[in-house]
Amino acid sequence: MELLSGAEMVVRSLRDEGVKYIYGYPGGALLHIYDAIFRQDDVVHVLVRHEQAAAHMADGYARASGKPGVVLVTSGPGATNTITGIATAYMDSIPMVVISGQVASNMVGTDAFQETDMVGISRPIVKHSFMIKDPREIPEVIKKAFYIAQTGRPGPVVVDIPKDMTNPAEKFEYSYPKKVKLRSYNPAVRGHTGQIRKALELIAEAKRPIIYSGGGVILGGASAQLTELARELGVPVTNTLMGLGAFPGNDPQFIGWLGMHGSYTANVSMHHSDVILCVGARFDDRVINGASKFCPNAKVIHIDIDPASISKTIRADIPIVGPVDSVLNEMLSICRESNLRPVKDVMASWWKQIEEWRGSRGLFPYDKGDGSIIKPQSVIETLYQVTAGDAYITSDVGQHQMFAAQYYPFAKPNRWINSGGLGTMGFGLPAAMGVKLHYPDAEVACVTGEGSIQMNIQELSTCLQYDLPVKIITLNNQALGMVRQWQDMQYSSRYSHSYMESLPDFIKLAESYGHVGMRVEKPEDLKPAMQEAFANTKRLVFMDIRVDDSEHVYPMHIKDGSMRDMWLSKTERT
Amino acid sequence: MRHIISVLLENEPGALSRVVGLFSQRNYNIETLTVAPTEDPTLSRLTLTTVGHDEVIEQITKNLNKLIEVVKLVNLSEGAHIERELMLVKIKATGAQRAEVKRTTDIFRGQIVDVTSSVYTIQLAGTSDKLSSFIEAVGPTSVLEVVRTGVSGIARGEKVLSI
Repeated sequence: MELLSGAEMVVRSLRDEGVKYIYGYPGGALLHIYDAIFRQDDVVHVLVRHEQAAAHMADGYARASGKPGVVLVTSGPGATNTITGIATAYMDSIPMVVISGQVASNMVGTDAFQETDMVGISRPIVKHSFMIKDPREIPEVIKKAFYIAQTGRPGPVVVDIPKDMTNPAEKFEYSYPKKVKLRSYNPAVRGHTGQIRKALELIAEAKRPIIYSGGGVILGGASAQLTELARELGVPVTNTLMGLGAFPGNDPQFIGWLGMHGSYTANVSMHHSDVILCVGARFDDRVINGASKFCPNAKVIHIDIDPASISKTIRADIPIVGPVDSVLNEMLSICRESNLRPVKDVMASWWKQIEEWRGSRGLFPYDKGDGSIIKPQSVIETLYQVTAGDAYITSDVGQHQMFAAQYYPFAKPNRWINSGGLGTMGFGLPAAMGVKLHYPDAEVACVTGEGSIQMNIQELSTCLQYDLPVKIITLNNQALGMVRQWQDMQYSSRYSHSYMESLPDFIKLAESYGHVGMRVEKPEDLKPAMQEAFANTKRLVFMDIRVDDSEHVYPMHIKDGSMRDMWLSKTERT
Repeated sequence: MRHIISVLLENEPGALSRVVGLFSQRNYNIETLTVAPTEDPTLSRLTLTTVGHDEVIEQITKNLNKLIEVVKLVNLSEGAHIERELMLVKIKATGAQRAEVKRTTDIFRGQIVDVTSSVYTIQLAGTSDKLSSFIEAVGPTSVLEVVRTGVSGIARGEKVLSI
């Protein structure tokens, strides 16, 4: 058997786990590991400019590929800088393994230089965490970390490694376990057949059924099953913000996404539904609006791998705990065998009603203005045309995020990458980098605002070093748009700290980082400029697009109301 | 309603902090908590009491089960069970009071485990209610110090919580 040091075992375990790229930043507690990285070629390390970006890069990769992203950071500030990134992954159930250096074990607890209790500080935002107590356990702990991160409801796992555990002078026998078993961790492998049948019986009797599916369908790799079942049942489909692409966004059976800024059609249909088939979604407060007024006539079927998600905010009438792919498969075969599906005529009249709600103006109508100024919505529409609807789109957080979700109908899963749960500004650029690194031939665009992009702008430097020609689509309204929208609506337009003076010249900034900058100010220049940007496949292009600063995102739920209570524009409401 | 939740937990460093952290993180409430290793040294048995509506208790048990180190748990309050708490209490015992405190201790089937000229130290086991009643009976003014372990519990009959 081969003898390896703890540091070598860390790197070798990652290789044997099939990891190609890791994202990180060196420091004192990690120097043994970085030396082990230097002496091999299998695992490629990407040096970010700030540890938060390392976590978002790993996260972006995980969302696009479905595999865990890996982060390597040093003790103290290196570890704490990843916290926002870990919390972002935790809220959206993204598989991630974070390896953090720690001061030597005999120094732990002495307030040593660059010491922080990483296991303690990350505890509420990880699925699990480990601290290495003996170098011999490194391979097994890393195997467990990957196993926990990507099974059941996925999530981030922290492995904290004191420096003395990686001492290059001490060698141990190395073998990487093929499998691990934890007696205390056994995620469900299939749903309860009786419950699945009951669910179908309920759907078959329904007059106004609706499928409400979330990020769990994408995480569970069940988009094909969801689409097939939806077609079989002929039921309208709405997705959450996290679930976009799980069902094709251009399909007539798709009625838009739902929630605070969801489509009128989806929100009203949901409100009037009598049976909700919820698949891998969690009745988030940004979806349901006022819980007490939520869908007064609906019976709820809730499929989720995590029992704690069921009946948390909305009581489920038929709970089904299990992986979405296997539950949907079983549902599909029962549906076909027993011919359990809604009555055709009944569905025809439900669809007639839905088409009335949908109307002829599309799911997200907006005022196109007089053509003198670029509307932010039109930027996303143009992006959709220029990329033929087939790009990976990452976003930051704010109005641009909502516009991207509204006007870029995703046809495939894993293409829409945004921080839906935590709402992390600064997520978009590093996430796009993580995607581009693994899919160099794909078109990858980060839709952002002039506020969000500045939260991790330093990564433009990483993009140059690793040749990551992503396209940055900045909807620059020179204000923190979403904050300002709320201030318009609730604070009589008192713009407390929601605008930015002294914005940088983004063109010069991009150029100084070695990239291409483009400014677009006129509507007629938008499409040619964007075509030019995407034609330039070898370079990162930073598009600074000046957009209407008075635009709001609509529809918008009216606080504490029901699903159907919405503002539809600045002056109209339901 | 008050619930007694009994948990088999991996006997590992940090496991307890995850349980306690879960309660503060999700705004649940812990009234009492006891924990010690079992006959199998790789496992700890943790008993906690909490108060909440049924929906909250359901979420507590689900979220506890989600913790990787939780092996199994049972809500003892859902079935017939035995609960015990141990209390050590120092009571002022001078003059006529000495006999009275002794009598009350006997009634409650407690034991006097330490004696000075002015103080009895009494050991008492039972349900939490019983311990509280004892303090009520001797009169809170003569109580000098109270130490309670928190509730331990076990199901009645053949049911066992084991792996």
